[in-house]
Amino acid sequence: MTVPTKDDSQSGTVADTVPLPTYRSLAAPVRKPVDKFALLPAFLKVRGLVKEHIDSFNYFVNKGIKKIVEANNRIEARNDPSIYLRYLGVHVGMPSVHVEYNIENITPHFCRLTDRTYSAPIKVHIEYTVGKQHEVRRKNNFIIGYMPIMLRSHACILYEKDEAELAKYGECPLDPGGYFVVKGTEKVILIQEQLAKNRIIVDTDSKGRVIASVTSSTHAIKSKTVIFMDKGKIYLQLNQFNKPIPIIVVMKAMGMESDQETVQMVGRDPRYGDLLFPSIQECASERIYTRQRALQYMDEKVTYPGATNQKEGRSYSILRDVFIAHVPVKNGNLRPKCIYTALMLRRMMDAIVNSDTFDDKDYVGNKRFELSGQLISLLFEDLFKTMNSQAVERMNKNSDKTHSSPLDFSQLIMQDSITFGLERAISTGNWDIKRFRMHRKGVSQVLSRLSYMASLGYMTRITPQFEKTRKTSGPRALQPSQWGMLCPCDTPEGEACGLTKNLALLSHVTTDQEEGPLIYLCYSLGVEDLLSLSSEEIHTPGSFLVMFNGLILGKHKDPQRLVIDLRNLRRSNVIGEFVSIFINEKQHCVHIASDGGRVCRPLIIADMGISRIDETHMEKLRHGTCGFDDFLRDGLIEYLDVNEENNALIALYEHMDQDDVERSSITHIEIEPLSILGVVSGLIPYPHHNQSPRNTYQCAMGKQAMGNIAYNQLFRADSLLYLLVYAQRPLLTTKTIELVGYDKLGAGQNATVAVMGYSGYDIEDAIVMNKSSLDRGFGRCIALKKYTVLKDNYGDGVSDMIVEPQRDNGVLIKQNMRALDEDGIAGPGQIIRNHDIYVNKRTPKNTSKGIGRALRESDYKDSPALYKGVDGETTVVDRVMLCSDTNDKLSIKCIIRHTRRPEVGDKFSSRHGQKGVCGTIVQQEDFPFSERGICPDLIMNPHGFPSRMTIGKMIELLGGKAGVSCGRFHYGSAFGEPSGNADKVADISSTLIKHGFSYNGKDFLYSGILGQPLEAYIFMGPIYYQKLKHMVLDKMHARASGPRVLLTRQPTEGRSRDGGLRLGEMERDCLIAYGASMLIFERLLLSSDPYQVQVCRKCGLLGYYNHKLKTSYCSMCKNGENMAKMRLPYACKLLFQELHAMNVVPRLKLTEV
Amino acid sequence: MPKKGTKSKKEKVDDVPNEQENKLPDYLELQRTRVVCNADAPIHTQGFQYSGAFAAMGIDNSVSVDKFCKNFKIEINRLTEDYMEFDMIGIDASIANAFRRILISEVPTMAIEKVFMADNNSVIADEVLSHRLGLIPLDADPRLFEYISENDVPNERNTIVYKLHVSCPKNSQRITVKSSELEWLPEGSQLSMSAPAQSGDKQKTFTSFSQSQKEILEKPLGVKYKDITIARLGPGQAIELEAHAVKGTGNVHAKWSPVATAWYRMLPEVVILKEVEGPQAEELVNKCRVNVFDIEDLANGGKRAVVARPRACTLCRECVMGPNEKQVELRRVRDHFIFTIESTGSMPPEVLFTEAVKILEEKCARVISELS
Repeated sequence: MTVPTKDDSQSGTVADTVPLPTYRSLAAPVRKPVDKFALLPAFLKVRGLVKEHIDSFNYFVNKGIKKIVEANNRIEARNDPSIYLRYLGVHVGMPSVHVEYNIENITPHFCRLTDRTYSAPIKVHIEYTVGKQHEVRRKNNFIIGYMPIMLRSHACILYEKDEAELAKYGECPLDPGGYFVVKGTEKVILIQEQLAKNRIIVDTDSKGRVIASVTSSTHAIKSKTVIFMDKGKIYLQLNQFNKPIPIIVVMKAMGMESDQETVQMVGRDPRYGDLLFPSIQECASERIYTRQRALQYMDEKVTYPGATNQKEGRSYSILRDVFIAHVPVKNGNLRPKCIYTALMLRRMMDAIVNSDTFDDKDYVGNKRFELSGQLISLLFEDLFKTMNSQAVERMNKNSDKTHSSPLDFSQLIMQDSITFGLERAISTGNWDIKRFRMHRKGVSQVLSRLSYMASLGYMTRITPQFEKTRKTSGPRALQPSQWGMLCPCDTPEGEACGLTKNLALLSHVTTDQEEGPLIYLCYSLGVEDLLSLSSEEIHTPGSFLVMFNGLILGKHKDPQRLVIDLRNLRRSNVIGEFVSIFINEKQHCVHIASDGGRVCRPLIIADMGISRIDETHMEKLRHGTCGFDDFLRDGLIEYLDVNEENNALIALYEHMDQDDVERSSITHIEIEPLSILGVVSGLIPYPHHNQSPRNTYQCAMGKQAMGNIAYNQLFRADSLLYLLVYAQRPLLTTKTIELVGYDKLGAGQNATVAVMGYSGYDIEDAIVMNKSSLDRGFGRCIALKKYTVLKDNYGDGVSDMIVEPQRDNGVLIKQNMRALDEDGIAGPGQIIRNHDIYVNKRTPKNTSKGIGRALRESDYKDSPALYKGVDGETTVVDRVMLCSDTNDKLSIKCIIRHTRRPEVGDKFSSRHGQKGVCGTIVQQEDFPFSERGICPDLIMNPHGFPSRMTIGKMIELLGGKAGVSCGRFHYGSAFGEPSGNADKVADISSTLIKHGFSYNGKDFLYSGILGQPLEAYIFMGPIYYQKLKHMVLDKMHARASGPRVLLTRQPTEGRSRDGGLRLGEMERDCLIAYGASMLIFERLLLSSDPYQVQVCRKCGLLGYYNHKLKTSYCSMCKNGENMAKMRLPYACKLLFQELHAMNVVPRLKLTEV
Repeated sequence: MPKKGTKSKKEKVDDVPNEQENKLPDYLELQRTRVVCNADAPIHTQGFQYSGAFAAMGIDNSVSVDKFCKNFKIEINRLTEDYMEFDMIGIDASIANAFRRILISEVPTMAIEKVFMADNNSVIADEVLSHRLGLIPLDADPRLFEYISENDVPNERNTIVYKLHVSCPKNSQRITVKSSELEWLPEGSQLSMSAPAQSGDKQKTFTSFSQSQKEILEKPLGVKYKDITIARLGPGQAIELEAHAVKGTGNVHAKWSPVATAWYRMLPEVVILKEVEGPQAEELVNKCRVNVFDIEDLANGGKRAVVARPRACTLCRECVMGPNEKQVELRRVRDHFIFTIESTGSMPPEVLFTEAVKILEEKCARVISELS
């Protein structure tokens, strides 16, 4: 918004590259547009699709882990500190396993197939003492545990491998990596969204009070400091104090005994004084004038006054360590904290005076994204410390007990705790970190391999920290600051709507950067140190405070100068490219941020509205002589985070007039407008012509579409895999599709669609399909399901047995053994039907102990694995894989394949959130045909359009039709018309006319039934249709009589158990209202759990029927005289008995009917 | 092309007095014989079906065999091995459509129905491979074969056996299996149903041919197109299978359809309603991308648009669109069909059509016999 006014000097520095704009050059017609699109593939080539995950993990493996180990590098025995172990260095090796004293390198695909964890040893160099003499020894490459490795990270064997090498490792080159393989399943650590740490947030709480809060986070402690104003008085709230403490008391306790200085520190504006006055008065009324008194006052309010360091006072240590913990205290000097508190007060009062200055919690600039690297580093630090403390514990225990020669530490370090700790956390998703009392669930999730898009979508997903049940709309709403950073379309429907977000195509999440040099640089650029300033000087008008990662560095008299200098340094690569420099005019602050977790995106730098990138640069890029990083290094492109974007004026296109915007004030130019969308929404053609919820629906549905999953899809062992037999790439593509590789791993087919009514089986979004199209392979899919059988070992040489199919005179004794090979396992390629055996397993009858002799045939019982399929369907054994699992048991994985053709009820969808089921399948000769003999593949009802307003789908049809007739793929990238990344409708129409079609895409059709022309022109052309995973075959269910639950004898529940269809309360109510008593009786008793009981008419209790004597008997009355027979629901009888058990006696009173 | 009076067996019951002299008014005649394709929608698509539609005017609208025989005409425009375009003039849309429908779904052909996999370790699944094989058009005249029913034993009269045995040697390049690799087995199946009980016995196979098909057929059976990709094999992969083709019709599965497609369109008629001259004529000519119009030089040096190639009209409707007054009208002649048959190769298109006519004849005969 604000642009550096003193810009002359800056443009002077770049004068040698770009000529100074003159009035004439500005008035002259704008030069030809530069095709900037090539930047996108260049960017993605450098960074990949999941760069943020991999960057974050790399940062942890390369730097983070070293810092952690360094910070805790010495452990020593309690009794004798000279017995010690010191970590000299740490690094993560190559992914490998220990097999029988051998180290074998492993590949991710091997781990997927054999249910292993893809992990690498964490190796440390140690120095430790041995023996009584404390002889110092060193050991290199000592393994302290195994770390799961993110695929495609530095430590992964796939790092920087080309396609051929990846193929050798069994890996798909299009797979983005960024996930872990833990126990054979692929796990993603989702990006976690949280409020920025160490930043002052001024807001109102639920009671409407103005609060200024800071969540401090250092490597040692996390704390939350809240200052709020209640009835004109200002208080501090901290968990460690059980009552709010007047802020002036806090100031006094920190040494600010003079009220005048406090007011000076907040600022000279008389309004601040007025607002502070009640607080000062309150403090005075408590008679607190000295620091000592203030501390005393606070001591009384401490929550747990018990175990305190009495020497210096509990509240003092809280003030020093917990209160705004991220502000460092050097030599007991609390003045920085005073200044910080004063700043908080100032911000609060600003907000009271001028409500514009409230912070918005939902503003993306106030958000930080926690990535896998940070999360694992938290976990690792915890586990590492635990491991060390356990080692110390053992050492102490040992030295307490025996007085023999002390053990050495290297033997006491157990690698299991780190290995298992990491593995458990990633596989369950439960992040429990004791130090911060952090218990998070669902941090990691199974990577969905339903479609390529689904797995990509997982990698960009951002989950919120707070609970989803809240009905608040604020955090769910679309934030303007999301522009270009988070996808506006891709969010789930329902409870997580708007909370779970996805990254946009070009956004990047930063990792931490070294602070020290930056701080030093700031000081040398003229930042005045805070400690050398008097309270009065801090807020002198005209000077700006300089904040660095939430800390006050000092102030600067010429903030614009500082900002320009820093930015120029960043553009010339002196400081990191992700450092953000942001000048906040409202707060009179310069914010410099180098912390991790900020989202940022690359933009083209423009000088006075003229892009620094011109055709020569792009030429070089296209020729491959320079890449994206070179552009970054040459200062043509820079990353801006959300805050810094506020200082920029970003134009969409250089060559276009921006109505009322002064051209020379433009500072940046967007790379491509389509990059505001994410990966998943990027596959929608013409999304900017659709009603926005439709794009959101498509984002959810694109993930359920069947297609090709990866190049290695046929060699994977997923528990369920849906593939399309003849998947195609869309005729109407977008640039995003090409960038992410959806054109290589498509999930749909280009169907010729006629938009018309037909047969009435197309109402409510149903579609009518052409039988011949289905015959020819349209919508045909393969479902691969994995069935695992474990050959168990019971110890003592007793184990399961897999035997060849038993035969009698060469004939199988059971028909259901026909799929078995001679080894007792179903043979690949065999047709397997419902109830067939796929592993002929026998288990010992007695598994608890060995009998002491070799087991005989008779000691085993049959326990074959039966295939449960659909009757009448032909399924085939696709593959059989044998491997030993981590416990050295043989696990047999049978992958069973089912090829399905679409049937009535299968779900299909176009790419515009227009789902529908197949309503009927019609013979080709009944289908309408055009003058060219074209017969549509499916017919869609036009009623789908008016209310949905999916104009994009119509344009897709037109573009697809033009595409097939002229032989060129057409594009429909988001907002792509001005830049040529989307074909304009006018152009498409002229292509259609050129090829003899009507410009509007409507054809003259003949009815296939009557043979006469149809009375309307029909909108017909190809639309990319996706087959969704919901298929009738997996869902249809009916039952007559069938299995019952053991306990209640009522029919079972659910399709998988062949359950009954419940006549529920509401249905029952209907029957009652209708008066269909006999029907109720039948449904609720006869068809459910009828049971005949003997009731004693005298005592009203249930008796029993003695089958021997053929009489009924009441065990209460001890006779069988007054017995009556009646029918009850078994559940009722059960209830009576349960009541009996509780000493409640229900009695039945019978009357004759 | 033999003319087929399909309703020739119908008795001549023409007791309506012949009033040919009476003519319908022009607008009704237009409605009766033409479909007018306006810019927004075609009109008069239905025509007048009812025989007495114009009885009040003394005009008979009934179908008469005489009239049909007199007016019916077939002109072949183009005929190649597997493509035929002909005009069918003077027939109702329903009959033309009946031929189209029969061609698509009721004229039988041979197609692979059963595949016996001996080996397939290629990436393509057995079912998908079989499906692909099924869709390959075979060069076998279905008239020489019989239908096979469920309980029939496959013999030389109802089954054609093909063999496919390809393998890609190790350390070689990937190969593409084309349809030409399908080998016809005139002696029947070579796969034995079970292990031979005795070495001397003739093995029981999946077919029981009593004689070689070579003796029955004049020419060897193969596939029509040699370059259809069946599968791709990587090094070390192999496919060995036997495919049994049987006779069937397109309404069961599209693989038995003898045509890629068969369709017709009504003869386009382009009428210039009022003289289009000068620049407007140029404009009109340029509007049409299929060159329906031509320019005629007038004696006075002016230019006039004329309709030169109405058949080429694809109904893009550019010439009738726009805000201007209607200059041109696009029409379709209701009883003139430009019929196109694209054969898949088992039979030439002209034979296919006669087959279709025979089937319709049969059906009519069945109806008549059922009725009487």
